Amino acid sequence: MTWNRRHLLDIESLSTEELLTVLDTARGFKAVGNRAIKTVPALRGKTVINLFVEPSTRTRISFELAAQRLTADVINFSADTSSLKKGETLRDTARNLEAMNADIIIIRHSAAGAPHFLARFLQASVVNAGDGAHEHPTQALLDVFTIREKRGKLDGLKVVIMGDILFSRVARSNIWALRKLGAEVTLCGPPTLVPKVFEKLGCRVTWDVQEALRDADVVNLLRIQHERQRQSMFPGIGEYRAQFGLDRARMRGLKPDVLIMHPGPINRGVEIDADTADGDRSVILEQVTNGLAVRMAVLYLVTGNDPGFVRG
Amino acid sequence: MDTRVVLMTASALRLAISRMAHEIAEANAAAERLVLLGIQTGGVHLATRLSTELGRLLGHAVPAGQLDVSLHRDDLHQRPAPAIHPTNLPGDLTGASVILTDDVLFSGRTVRAALDAMHDYGRPGRVQLAVLVDRHGHRHLPVQADFVARKLPTRPGQRVDVQWAEDGGDDCVYLNPP
Repeated sequence: MTWNRRHLLDIESLSTEELLTVLDTARGFKAVGNRAIKTVPALRGKTVINLFVEPSTRTRISFELAAQRLTADVINFSADTSSLKKGETLRDTARNLEAMNADIIIIRHSAAGAPHFLARFLQASVVNAGDGAHEHPTQALLDVFTIREKRGKLDGLKVVIMGDILFSRVARSNIWALRKLGAEVTLCGPPTLVPKVFEKLGCRVTWDVQEALRDADVVNLLRIQHERQRQSMFPGIGEYRAQFGLDRARMRGLKPDVLIMHPGPINRGVEIDADTADGDRSVILEQVTNGLAVRMAVLYLVTGNDPGFVRG
Repeated sequence: MDTRVVLMTASALRLAISRMAHEIAEANAAAERLVLLGIQTGGVHLATRLSTELGRLLGHAVPAGQLDVSLHRDDLHQRPAPAIHPTNLPGDLTGASVILTDDVLFSGRTVRAALDAMHDYGRPGRVQLAVLVDRHGHRHLPVQADFVARKLPTRPGQRVDVQWAEDGGDDCVYLNPP
């Protein structure tokens, strides 16, 4: 058990031991979800605010339910119905929320570093629910939790992340988590979206789909982040599907026990076919279930209190 | 420097657990369904040991389970978040006679948390408490043990450590510092 952080801002700064602490804690919380009474009083009397300046359904609901299962009071805040529209700065919005005695602020923002910015001046705990193309720590945690649950370990596993790596915070967080836990990471996709520079993070980069998939233990598919692309990075959806889409034909070339993962939302018929998404190798919905356990673990851990806490 | 003194040796501990099992059997002669529930992590081995002894005494199995109480603690926000251990119930708790076990009874706060945690799973007919060491005089809550191996006057700054053979070494109870 190694954890003395008040915030969860990124995966990059976590140690392997801290990652394992979250995963072990999440395992305990997954069992809570199978009980008749699914709430525990660990965060009773605490106030959690979902500050979602960028839209999200799955992550926001998952954090909301996680907080509720821990008996916290939860407030949802979305940018389009808030004073941010009226010109209030993020700093002022966050300080106002804190003035209402928020204990944890979960933030999603289109700007990389927004959670780190809040953590510098807030007394409340800050949890990053996705910041621009930087990191999405809880997504990576639930991904490695799912792999670990299915395979027992990460060490030595071959994990392929395929799709839009360049604009993906999920990819960055996953790379950090997988590398720290000993997995071999291969990135694959169109060269415009999978630049060689990612090799500096300790990954292999290949643009050859067949070669990437052949001995993969896990394939994590990413959606094309249209909202982050200033111009088209590849000729078209049809072309992407033909080159990189995981359809029935490509599935035949994979290991029989491969795990197919996707952080959602999936674009059926683009990066993944319906056959694959709903097939028996897909663990996409288990990822969603595990996301709840992982987020409960994170909220639980950041509200522990230790005079030796480090910021960050 | 090792300043601890031995409170109970392996043979003393074995005899004490055997005596507790006899007391539990006698007090629960009329119980329809007797189960043991060890509080994670200190009470787990005591529950298993008592289960073996009781099985021998009564001629039928007395199942032992484990209960994690960390999420029900009242000091969660005053210390680092404790590790969460598995809860495995020895069947439905509703209506059962539950013997809750722990290694050391001190403030009574762990037992309070255990009572709350247990009620998330069912409504036992009766709950009794069995502990190896009762550090009396330090209670923060009105909690008393029904079955005790050793009742002990201690100072607040002292610690009682229980070492179980299951975790390596010999059974032993230490007081530190003396």
